Amino acid sequence: MANIQETIAKQFAEAAFTEGDQLLVNIPDAKWHDLARFLKETPELSFDYLVAIVGMDWTDEFGCIYYLTSTKYNTHISVRVATADRENPMLHSVTDLWAVAGIYEREVYDFFGIVFIGNPDMRRLFLRNDWVGFPFRKDYDTDPEVNPVRLDHEAVEDTTVTYVEDETGKVVKKDVTIFEPDDFVVNIGPQHPATHGVLRLRTAVDGETIKKIDLYLGYIHRGIEKLCEGLGYPQTLHFTDRLDYLSAMNNRHCLCLCIEKALGLEVPRRAQVIRVMMDELMRISSHLLFIGTFCMDLGATTMLFYALRERETILDILEKTCGARMTFNYNCIGGVIADLDENFVADVKKFIEIMPKAIKEYNKIFTGNVIAHNRMDGVGVLSKEDAVSYGVTGPSGRASGWACDTRKTNPYGIYSELEFDEIVRTEGDSMARYKVRIAEIEQSVRILEQLVDNIPDGEICAKVPKIVKLPEGHWFQQVETARGAFGVFIESKGGTSPTRMKFNSPGFCLAGAIDHLTRGAKIADLITIGGSLDYVVPDIDR
Amino acid sequence: MYDLSVITTWIHDLLSSFMPQWLTVTTECVLIGVGLLLVYAVLALFYIYFERKVCAAFQCRLGPNRVGPFGVLQSVADMFKILIKELITLNHTDKFLFALAPFLVIIASMLAFAVLPWGNGIQVIDFNIGIFFLIAVSSIGVLGILLAGWSSNNKFTLIGALRSGAQMVSYELSIGLSVLTMVAFAGTMSVSGLVEAQHDVWFIFSGHIPAIIAFIIYIIAGTAETNRGPFDLPEAESELTAGYHTEYSGIHFGFFYLAEYLNLFIVSGVAALLFFGGWMPLHIPGWESFNVVMDYIPSVIWFLIKAVALSFVIIWFKWTFPRLRIDQLLSLEWKYLLPINLCNLVLMVLIIVKGWHF
Repeated sequence: MANIQETIAKQFAEAAFTEGDQLLVNIPDAKWHDLARFLKETPELSFDYLVAIVGMDWTDEFGCIYYLTSTKYNTHISVRVATADRENPMLHSVTDLWAVAGIYEREVYDFFGIVFIGNPDMRRLFLRNDWVGFPFRKDYDTDPEVNPVRLDHEAVEDTTVTYVEDETGKVVKKDVTIFEPDDFVVNIGPQHPATHGVLRLRTAVDGETIKKIDLYLGYIHRGIEKLCEGLGYPQTLHFTDRLDYLSAMNNRHCLCLCIEKALGLEVPRRAQVIRVMMDELMRISSHLLFIGTFCMDLGATTMLFYALRERETILDILEKTCGARMTFNYNCIGGVIADLDENFVADVKKFIEIMPKAIKEYNKIFTGNVIAHNRMDGVGVLSKEDAVSYGVTGPSGRASGWACDTRKTNPYGIYSELEFDEIVRTEGDSMARYKVRIAEIEQSVRILEQLVDNIPDGEICAKVPKIVKLPEGHWFQQVETARGAFGVFIESKGGTSPTRMKFNSPGFCLAGAIDHLTRGAKIADLITIGGSLDYVVPDIDR
Repeated sequence: MYDLSVITTWIHDLLSSFMPQWLTVTTECVLIGVGLLLVYAVLALFYIYFERKVCAAFQCRLGPNRVGPFGVLQSVADMFKILIKELITLNHTDKFLFALAPFLVIIASMLAFAVLPWGNGIQVIDFNIGIFFLIAVSSIGVLGILLAGWSSNNKFTLIGALRSGAQMVSYELSIGLSVLTMVAFAGTMSVSGLVEAQHDVWFIFSGHIPAIIAFIIYIIAGTAETNRGPFDLPEAESELTAGYHTEYSGIHFGFFYLAEYLNLFIVSGVAALLFFGGWMPLHIPGWESFNVVMDYIPSVIWFLIKAVALSFVIIWFKWTFPRLRIDQLLSLEWKYLLPINLCNLVLMVLIIVKGWHF
């Protein structure tokens, strides 16, 4: 880390450094783009993966914290960029360096009103265009009179704006056309069988060929991050179950880890083992649902029922312990909320037995099918460079050859003690994404096999103070959910509730890559590609 | 074999004994019309129930089991529901064409019913170009689908209709050519002639390899003609919501739904006619007593069993295979099925000329 600091300090005299859970670089906005380019393009740094952009309002200034990772050296760095202008806050965009920044910066603009100079599309992302104010600013007026529930249609515009700097350094606003007037634009979603939730894709087609897709988000935006700012830490936990409801356990695990890291809390061994087992059960159930719905999208309806049959056993296991089949409310700060059901071990053993047979059956009925191959082979190819640039993590990223499994790169919990393989394929097409998930089910079963007989006795939860107060500072934690790397950012000023909490969801990046993946594909391929990315809309919208 | 034309002749004689000839013909037409409609409705109800049960069995489910014993009355209840549903009228549609489209689809399948060989002597029309007529009228259906998609003034229905047009026109070729192969083998286009020609052995057995190839191609193309999976692109649920009939409601939607099942029956009925002897019982040359026993089973039963069994195969396709993409669908037809079919026709002619068949 000292090495990185020296390299940066040599080039950028203005940079100030703070040690935290990651090295934090403070840089003025004027030098930010140069630093970003330096960080990405210097061979000994090569921070090629933009993990997150966290918009911040420090009351005296606006800004962002950028989290960067080098996929080559597995090093991490964070950069703090701020502007003191509260009237017209502007920062420089890094869209040209990391493709995923495009959608991240739109989110920050939507919440904080920070304009990014050079971002090609500066529209709101989640909220309506007629929304008054920027809700994450600390001086935001929450009066319902200002933003009443609007019942009228939101006008659809085919243009957007961008801000560019001219030669004199003055920022000019420019109009950009999204769709030409004579484009045949099909509105896929928000209510559409294949968008897996309320996601809207305005699709310009030429016959059956897709020319361009414009993504509309926010149909189930609930402002979870904003709500967290008014709640105590134990109260924020349940929101994570409602983000990516198919990786509920993993999400909650992440937030608990982040809070525990801030508190310096040691989690009992039994709780850690239980957490990992639950995570893996959750991952299998999510992948099973993926197999089912993906095949159904391709028209093979029967596979859905085959996959749901096995998923049902997992839900039964979870239900016995947690009392719920969907939003489990199981992890808590310091451990888990309740002990395992007495049949848990027997049930999991039974499940470990049936799963390999079931996978054989799936392969027999679907994977080898010639139509399935025709539909998936070479469809929606994502190169490794693009996967990193678009921040496509999880099985989708690994199908492109990017070994991005957080359980391997930055092990948390007891993952470092477990034996399992990280599945990486190189094709990068829909078939690879499907096959990676099938293989990951097998690996998860392997993890369960190692743990099922080795659940230690002891406490299920550490001693946690009645009122959870985090010390001053900020923390970032990532875990591997079924969809990819899920991150939690917490900034605390020492109170009982966070001043900023950010959920960095994998589905968001997946949705951001859709336009890139579908250019020139057929309409039917859009369904294949969308299905194979396996995004979950509440995870995107938050 | 009991010749059912005895009954029809008796009815004809009875009617003409007290009616002038024009009235007899009119009455008979009405009777046949009512009879066909009845068969039509009952078959559709049966098929809906049949498909739901079969698909449930494939999918580890039970299927309908609440209304009536084993849920047999479920489709009756569904029909009642669809009849009392509101017909939603839309603005910005071509009202006349919008209303016309479902009827065109249903008329096409009704007309095809007329020439099916229901049993020994109970065929509505039996003329020398029967099979040709069948191919001609079944093509009217695509017109209805195109109109439905166009008149709804909706982009999804339009794409569905365009897909349907491309698909139906292409696969009509395969159907026509495989039918032609069998017509060449039988030497007649008349439906009763085709059945009679299979008195000793069904064509699928006597026709050698070309008959089997023609059958396989016919069943693939037939599945495509009925817009069923894996060729259900015009109404691909996950892509185009419901394709060309997205905007239809109530009984108008019901017509499309019925027509789809009836087309399934027609396609399998024609396959039964061309390859499995129509209503002709299973005869094996030399096994006289066996043949006599087979003759005791009524011809109507033979035909229905064959048609339903073939429908089962088509339903099996749907619940097993994923859907094709439009370009793959068309390349399957134009690059594979059509050339194979043409070669097959030549092969068949060669076999007929050389007398290599059984």
